Amino acid sequence: MSFAHRHLLGIEQLSQSDITAILDLAETYVDLNRQSSKHADVLAGLTQINMFFENSTRTQASFEIAGKRLGADVMNMAMQASSIKKGETLIDTAMTLNAMHPDLLVVRHPHSGAVDLLAQKVNCAVLNAGDGKHEHPTQALLDALTIRRAKGRLHRLNIAICGDVAHSRVARSNLILLGKMENRIRLIGPPTLVPGQFAEFGAEIYDDMREGLRDVDVVMMLRLQRERMDGGFIPSEREYYHRYGLDAEKLSLAKPDAIVMHPGPMNRGVEIDGTLADDINRSVIQEQVEMGVAVRMAAMELLARNLTAAA
Amino acid sequence: MSDTLFTNARLIDPEAGTDTLGWLHVSDGRIEATGEGTPEPSDVETVDCGGKCLAPGIIDIGVKVCEPGERHKESYKSAGRAAAAGGVTTMVTRPDTTPAIDTPESLEFVTRRAQADTPVNVLPMAALTKGRDGREMTEIGFLQDAGAVAFTDCDHVISDTKVFARALTYARSCGALVMAHPQEPILSNGAAATSGKFAALYGLPAVSPMAERMGLDRDIAVLEMTGAKYHADQITTARALPALERAKANGLDITAGTSVHHLTLNELDVADYRTFFKVKPPLRSEDDRLAVIEAVHTGLIDIISSMHTPQDEESKRLPFEEAAAGAVALETFLPAALRLVHAEYLDLPTLFRAMSLNPAKRLGLDAGRLSVGAPADLVVFDPDVPFVLDRTTLLSKSQNTPFDGQRMQGRVLATFVGGHEVFRRN
Repeated sequence: MSFAHRHLLGIEQLSQSDITAILDLAETYVDLNRQSSKHADVLAGLTQINMFFENSTRTQASFEIAGKRLGADVMNMAMQASSIKKGETLIDTAMTLNAMHPDLLVVRHPHSGAVDLLAQKVNCAVLNAGDGKHEHPTQALLDALTIRRAKGRLHRLNIAICGDVAHSRVARSNLILLGKMENRIRLIGPPTLVPGQFAEFGAEIYDDMREGLRDVDVVMMLRLQRERMDGGFIPSEREYYHRYGLDAEKLSLAKPDAIVMHPGPMNRGVEIDGTLADDINRSVIQEQVEMGVAVRMAAMELLARNLTAAA
Repeated sequence: MSDTLFTNARLIDPEAGTDTLGWLHVSDGRIEATGEGTPEPSDVETVDCGGKCLAPGIIDIGVKVCEPGERHKESYKSAGRAAAAGGVTTMVTRPDTTPAIDTPESLEFVTRRAQADTPVNVLPMAALTKGRDGREMTEIGFLQDAGAVAFTDCDHVISDTKVFARALTYARSCGALVMAHPQEPILSNGAAATSGKFAALYGLPAVSPMAERMGLDRDIAVLEMTGAKYHADQITTARALPALERAKANGLDITAGTSVHHLTLNELDVADYRTFFKVKPPLRSEDDRLAVIEAVHTGLIDIISSMHTPQDEESKRLPFEEAAAGAVALETFLPAALRLVHAEYLDLPTLFRAMSLNPAKRLGLDAGRLSVGAPADLVVFDPDVPFVLDRTTLLSKSQNTPFDGQRMQGRVLATFVGGHEVFRRN
């Protein structure tokens, strides 16, 4: 099993076998994480720094737990409250950190491409924890693992990605990953939030949700990213919910065993009905969170192996 | 329901483009049969049209009824009576009331008022952005479910092109028709007249007729970008016509209208600052007027509207610059439009194509034609009878007509909606 990458910046750079390698290794960590003693020491002695230039609770916690369970020394830096405020450029911040010899750098940044830029300037492995509206690779990997476990395969499935595709890095990474694994992908949402250009990536586009959900195996909901909108993409939350919110009635058009996913945090009553989100027979939202830790453990381990190989 | 037979009528059929003497049989509110000459004798109730014209009732896109907000200027009751007297069988109402019709709740209020008080059909339009202030689109989906037939901010131009483009993109996914007022908003800000010799001599703040073309050019570009369904409410200048023609030739879903005032009056009619001639956009030059008439003739401009805009005396008895814009027109619509027929610019079927058939087609209605199965929304009129308009006889609550004291030719004799008589002139 080879994983010939120095960084994990996006799904774009990964091959089918890279993706399978991460998911297979993650499976072993799912088992580990369910035991009472959750320690593996593959990152012992390594330093992991989580740099979040944008607010995050769940992703940061997930990376922190993943690192700690693998024995790394983990440090969180809330970059919004730090030197960036004092006018330091991204590259200067990177150079400063680099001088402290970290091994793994987990970075989230509000601007697309910022994590790539940073990766060019440091000597350690960089994991993209979300850059602007570009990519969020570990989210797509955890979604893939969730689907593979629920459906028994990760190919030839009909998968609907619904909602605010335009502002979503989750949607982009998923579109790429699920496409590479040879699934049929539908993007569903108002045309203001699902630009027609996505058709060029091989996705089918629907502005009628009922039509789009017909016979799908997986319904992946996206959060309405109100903080990224400068107004005017949708008329109101109530009309959005009426046309594009997932409820039992709309879901009944999908296959009877279709699963419901959401990357969180949810806006209940805006993009998804609260009861449906909690329905343990349909919703795999809690499993997604669980898979997140395992996938991040696997990704960090694979990158760390390459670190030691290079050293 | 009883049947009615209209005999001895000049049938003005805009679909066939014909003007023939014949008869028309109405049953259960719909046209059952028509034919040339005299029908078979029958015991059905007969209306002898006495050789006068029988045409599909007028569908007037862009009528302002001042409910809610300014009921003293026009109510659904007074507008409905004026419409019936003017041969208007469907009023497509504007949302530029106070407050604007921008929620399904306010649209339902309007629908309720209209149903209670008007003898003619009322189809409401809704605002495209909340409060018509060009910032956030309205609930286009909900408003459509509540019965909105089109979306427009009326004379407020959405100057933020991003907002306009998003609203059009969203409207497209709902299949909604968007109606806009093509005008470069900053250039036309504060203008009371069209720039030219007249405005210069009278010292009025004026806007170049080019502002209309600039607005239309932008709208066409956004239309090309979004693929929406679009209607330009009033095209009034020669310079805008080539752009419109190109957009149609390029296959965009675009139609255009003009107002009866811009077809029958020009900037010189304002004369000594007569505020009843202040409309929006301002009256144009004679060259523009003739070019726009020709465009109606060829069909480049699809629709003629009355742009009925009631204003009370207080808002008109002001210096020209400060006076409110707009004119009442429901009752003078047909007599004024008939000037174009008497001057031999248009024939009657062409006129009714623009006043009845095309508006129906644009809104997806089966009215506006004399074909079998169409609703019996009909107007009987004498195209030739002369009269002098006395504005105090108008049924509208507001009487701000530019035609007061003018000689007109042609009057509505009777109006029928769904086969029911809603107006008859004594």
